[in-house]
Amino acid sequence: MSVVPESANVAISIAGGAVELGGRPVLRGIDLSVEVGTFLALMGANGSGKSTLVRALLGLHPLSKGEVRIYGTRLDDFGSWQRIGFVPQRATAASGVPASVWEVVAAGRLTRRKLLRPLSRADRAAIEEALEVVGLADRRRDTVSHLSGGQQQRVLIARALAGEPDLFFLDEPTAGVDRPNQQALAAALAALKERRATVVLVAHELGPLAPLVDRAVVMRDGRVIYDGAPLGDHEAHEPWFGEPHTHHHHAAPAHPDHAPQVAFPTTSPNGSIR
Amino acid sequence: MSLAELFAEPFMQRALIAALFTGLAAPAVGTFLVQRRLALMGDGIGHVAVTGVALGLLTGTSPTWTAVLVATAGAVLIEIVRERGRTNGDVALALLFYGGLAGGILISGIGGNSTATLQRYLFGSLTTISNGDVVVTMVLAAVVIVLCLGLAPQLFAVAQDQEFARVAGLQVRFYNVLVAVLAAVSVTVAMRTVGLLLVSALMVVPVATSQQLTRSFRTTIASAMVLGTVASVGGLVLATLASTYDVNAAPGPTIVLLALAGYVVAWPVGVWTRHRARLRAPFPDAGPTEHEPTETHPHQHGPGCGHLAVPHDDHVDYVHDGHRHAEHGAHYDEH
Repeated sequence: MSVVPESANVAISIAGGAVELGGRPVLRGIDLSVEVGTFLALMGANGSGKSTLVRALLGLHPLSKGEVRIYGTRLDDFGSWQRIGFVPQRATAASGVPASVWEVVAAGRLTRRKLLRPLSRADRAAIEEALEVVGLADRRRDTVSHLSGGQQQRVLIARALAGEPDLFFLDEPTAGVDRPNQQALAAALAALKERRATVVLVAHELGPLAPLVDRAVVMRDGRVIYDGAPLGDHEAHEPWFGEPHTHHHHAAPAHPDHAPQVAFPTTSPNGSIR
Repeated sequence: MSLAELFAEPFMQRALIAALFTGLAAPAVGTFLVQRRLALMGDGIGHVAVTGVALGLLTGTSPTWTAVLVATAGAVLIEIVRERGRTNGDVALALLFYGGLAGGILISGIGGNSTATLQRYLFGSLTTISNGDVVVTMVLAAVVIVLCLGLAPQLFAVAQDQEFARVAGLQVRFYNVLVAVLAAVSVTVAMRTVGLLLVSALMVVPVATSQQLTRSFRTTIASAMVLGTVASVGGLVLATLASTYDVNAAPGPTIVLLALAGYVVAWPVGVWTRHRARLRAPFPDAGPTEHEPTETHPHQHGPGCGHLAVPHDDHVDYVHDGHRHAEHGAHYDEH
């Protein structure tokens, strides 16, 4: 287990983290520390635990082991939630009652509003700016449920932007979103990156977001199997990728995963029970 | 007795005040319940409150207060089952529905109360409200309205997206329980007006009506409160009017049917406006299209030519017979 440096330059870190859902170990031995200003892509196949990891980092899933620190503060003691922007994984931004685009985005401002106070001028300006950044300023009066899936995803991003956070989590914002909407999303995230915001992006495929990524972390079966320079979409999904004990993808064993082993047991890289 | 004479009577004035406050408060909470897709929660709480009323009648204390207590306990229980059970709560609601109603009828039977007494609470009896009841109704309704409107941004965010609200640092559990308690309080407030069995109608029907025509949350909650007030005061006036013609119309069901009539009127209007909005939505710009002139087209399109004009990129397409015709110099193009 590596020691997470207690540096002021770290936005969020998890040390020895494990998560159990209903008694089943889902994440094991997660050590990760994200420096301020990094654009990190958290990749991996469906069910690899990348969404669970983000939810654990935000306290939505309790850790069974280890600890999370945000800006050096233990998660349990952390109170500066206005510094965090979260875009949950959602197919839709709609609920049982119609809500306008402006209203949903304004909800993102709650982190900075006091109870029972009307919106201040600064609140309104931040909401306007968030709508501009995602390119939906002209749709502000429309009902969210009447927008396309990609536009609804952009509404959720604007909601997170409205709180003016400096640590940003996006859970699969590009899933089921067409190219023009993905490009609008990339432009919004590029604006964030320019402001030196820290971004943790969960993605199955990066698409137009690829040029923004500084660091890639790939997960498989609840563990981190790669942490380093950005990868192309195809690389993270190669069958050899994330072979245990071969953390450098250049040293690729030839056999596909779960294929019968023909080598001597003593030389097998798959000796441990998974 | 004429209508004017009836409304001069103190009992009618008390009934009007109770109807006004109930009509404002019930849809305010109801909007948040509908937003959470828990439209029937008011009904479940209403059934639980029957037990509360019966306990009040049995012990000789005010049925209003015992109903508030038992309904609040039931509402909190529904919230806990919903949170722990990871279900959408309809089974929890069903359990409370039947437990509450059966408990209430059993207890009132043991207490020796006639069904007529219990019926006053089951179906409402606006005209038997005492001065003390009116004051309690006004205070409780005012508390519900102030909390619903004052905490609207927080309640909206929690109902819209719980996970986002948690990461925004909101005490999600507190707001969930608050909505449940507010629902319980407005159920007991509306108990004397429309009765426990019809209470949910006043919480949900005005919301369903207003969302046929609204596009935002704020207009939905505001118009639901207006519609709820119109229905409850209007229903009371209608029932009173009927009584001057010797027709025995109970105020509770009259109010609910009037609210439903509003929905029946609004629904086709909503269907029509949504249909119209869909037809008139601009066509998306899919880049340059191939140039395909229409066959000979004697008709001259223009504003007011009678064909549907839909914006498309930098021009207008005229829609008729399944074609989209765009003007191009002296002829029209198929778009």
